[in-house]
Amino acid sequence: MIPSTVPPKYKITIDHDKCILCGRCAKECAWDAIRKSKDKIITYDNRCGSCFRCASMCPRDAITIIENPSQGRKHPVWTPEARQDVLNQANSGCILLSGMGNAKDYPIYYDNIVLDACQVTNPSIDPLREPMELRTYIGSKPEKLEFEYVEEEIDGKKVKKSKLKTKIAPNLKLDTPIMIGHMSYGAISLNSHKAMAKAVKRCGTFMGTGEGGLHRDLYEYSDNIITQVASGRFGVNSEYLSKGAAIEIKIGQGAKPGIGGHLPGEKVSAEVSMTRMIPEGSDAISPAPHHDIYSIEDLAQLVRSLKEATRWKLPVFVKISAVHNVAAIANGIATSDADAVVIDGFKGGTGAAPKVFRDNVGIPIEVAISAVDDRLREQGNRNKVSIIASGGIRNSADVFKSIALGADAVYIGTAAMIAMGCTVCGRCYGGKCCWGIATQRADLVERLEIEEAADRVSNLIGAWTHEIKELLGAAGINSIESLRGNRDRLRGIGLNEVELKALGLKQAGL
Amino acid sequence: MSKEVTIDTSGIYYKELNEQINKIIKDNLDLELITLNNVLGQRFIGNGISKNNLTIVINGIPGGDLAMFMKGPRVEVYGNADHAPGNTLDEGKIIIHGSSGDATGHSMRGGSLYVQGSVGYRSGIHMKEYKGKTPVLIIGETAGDFLGEYMAGGIIINLNMQSEDTEFVKNSMLGTGIHGGVIYIRGKVNKSQLGVAADIKEFTKEDLEKITYYIEDYCNEFNYSDEIKNKLLNSNYTKIAPISSRPFKKLYTPDIR
Repeated sequence: MIPSTVPPKYKITIDHDKCILCGRCAKECAWDAIRKSKDKIITYDNRCGSCFRCASMCPRDAITIIENPSQGRKHPVWTPEARQDVLNQANSGCILLSGMGNAKDYPIYYDNIVLDACQVTNPSIDPLREPMELRTYIGSKPEKLEFEYVEEEIDGKKVKKSKLKTKIAPNLKLDTPIMIGHMSYGAISLNSHKAMAKAVKRCGTFMGTGEGGLHRDLYEYSDNIITQVASGRFGVNSEYLSKGAAIEIKIGQGAKPGIGGHLPGEKVSAEVSMTRMIPEGSDAISPAPHHDIYSIEDLAQLVRSLKEATRWKLPVFVKISAVHNVAAIANGIATSDADAVVIDGFKGGTGAAPKVFRDNVGIPIEVAISAVDDRLREQGNRNKVSIIASGGIRNSADVFKSIALGADAVYIGTAAMIAMGCTVCGRCYGGKCCWGIATQRADLVERLEIEEAADRVSNLIGAWTHEIKELLGAAGINSIESLRGNRDRLRGIGLNEVELKALGLKQAGL
Repeated sequence: MSKEVTIDTSGIYYKELNEQINKIIKDNLDLELITLNNVLGQRFIGNGISKNNLTIVINGIPGGDLAMFMKGPRVEVYGNADHAPGNTLDEGKIIIHGSSGDATGHSMRGGSLYVQGSVGYRSGIHMKEYKGKTPVLIIGETAGDFLGEYMAGGIIINLNMQSEDTEFVKNSMLGTGIHGGVIYIRGKVNKSQLGVAADIKEFTKEDLEKITYYIEDYCNEFNYSDEIKNKLLNSNYTKIAPISSRPFKKLYTPDIR
């Protein structure tokens, strides 16, 4: 017999002296990792993903979850993870499925970038007493403004009045450069969607629907919603398209560049089937490419087609994964009538992705922003599209650095979910999220209290916005517009010359 | 307020033309017929139009994405159509008295699309259905490869009128990734012509009943004689349907230890 048991990654320990056998932990664990027998709590470590629901809910703090020290012999190459993946695949013959973002130890360039501040010669600004402009417009900007002069008679006097001749493309007006990216209803619960919708409305910003259609309960937030059209075209009809403030075409996603998505049939509940407009319980398959887009001209056609369908009133974004030739692709998009290009870095999260993609495909968002910004400037196309950056943005400093590198605004995803209680256990694809976020099971969804979650998310966006104002003030800048692409206010630290060049940064001290 | 409007589209750019059409629809609530003459490659005609009891007649050759996202109207094309007519069609009927390009009927979620001639590659790709809405794509002559890829619902009928029903059709990669809906092909199909996830199923009496209405309707639309209609109804069809509605169920293993 070939042993195929994989040692559990985590170990649940119950302090039996503290435990009062209330059984709460067993009720809270949707993964059946804990059961209550008559006089004992029994744990099944191999089912535990360390989501921490049981430990958080234990009234006696009697539960500790630790990494299982018994993982077999230590080896620098054949780590427990490498061995366990081999065993798992040798047993099943299947593709390894994972959730959340890239879990490999790649450099995080944000952490090697430092910010500037004013001292003496150029005084810093205190945002408490001086206005700090964070208003951001997402969309195409005209190359120049043209005016015509019309002669009017006012009080018997002939006065020449100037009128704007240039047609301004539709733009989204943001009070803060932080939006919530596209996570579909289906991948996450309706309560999460409602909470985020409330939060973005409060913060004067936007959230994406993802490729799951728009639930009718969210129609009231439609002024703050960006709808998505992806390769599966789920839930897409003219009503849906006109319900949002903008439309996003999803070409790629940072967590899984180059492939489509499969929402497993288990997550296609009656409600999800309704918004996606597919039968209940069937797999929702988004093919890898859009089959009406095989070239940049075809992409332009879809952009224009969506604009035609909405009478050219809504901005259309195109989202791509950050890949090696991202700059050339983004430049192509800029020439297609699109209003913004969304770049999703390889640390971006997902409900489900093959592990081999999540951990190995794509490039970091930091270098992608600067490459795209540079290329669009070189080609004279920077005004034609806004740049929205996403994929692994963890705090206000990351937002600030992204904008200084050249982005107009950012999308956050995982950060908003953590605000709502996500513990990054990474098993979103399992449909049993104990925190009521990445699940459709009614009893679990109920656990997410909408108002409370909305407060948390709006608190987070509010706090970051406040921090960005402080950082701007410290840099002596009173408008986010003046930070955009202002890489001179950044310095690299601990990066080699090539990395600095790719980021377009100077070494700290220079 | 008029019930019928005719536009000579020669030399009009697509954006302007579609703007005109939308304005006419808005201004004429009783409008029943728009006739577009001399159409030459203007794209997106009928895009996103949501209106019942309206017919759009196109004399000429419309450009890509004809009637995309359309809900309700009837579109009749006297000429060929470019790629992806009926893209993500919601409701309504599109009749093409000619052939059409690649990705015809892409992602249709309702309504029907009848093509008299042939269609290009990847037609009927990712058609889907939900509750009362079942899209129908009928192709008179040949279909390019990859017909009905990723199909999630709806009905495709490929009549292959250019050949006899005893012959093998030439398509390959039929229904790759199909997980819903059904494809009926007049003629014979070898298993090797199927894509992954597709299967040949027995063509039953129920299937014949299911397609009879559509074939009759198709023949009426194109004014085919009873002789042709009966020949089509008494032909041999190959039914292609998904092996399972969960083709990817066994593809993945959770990364849990």
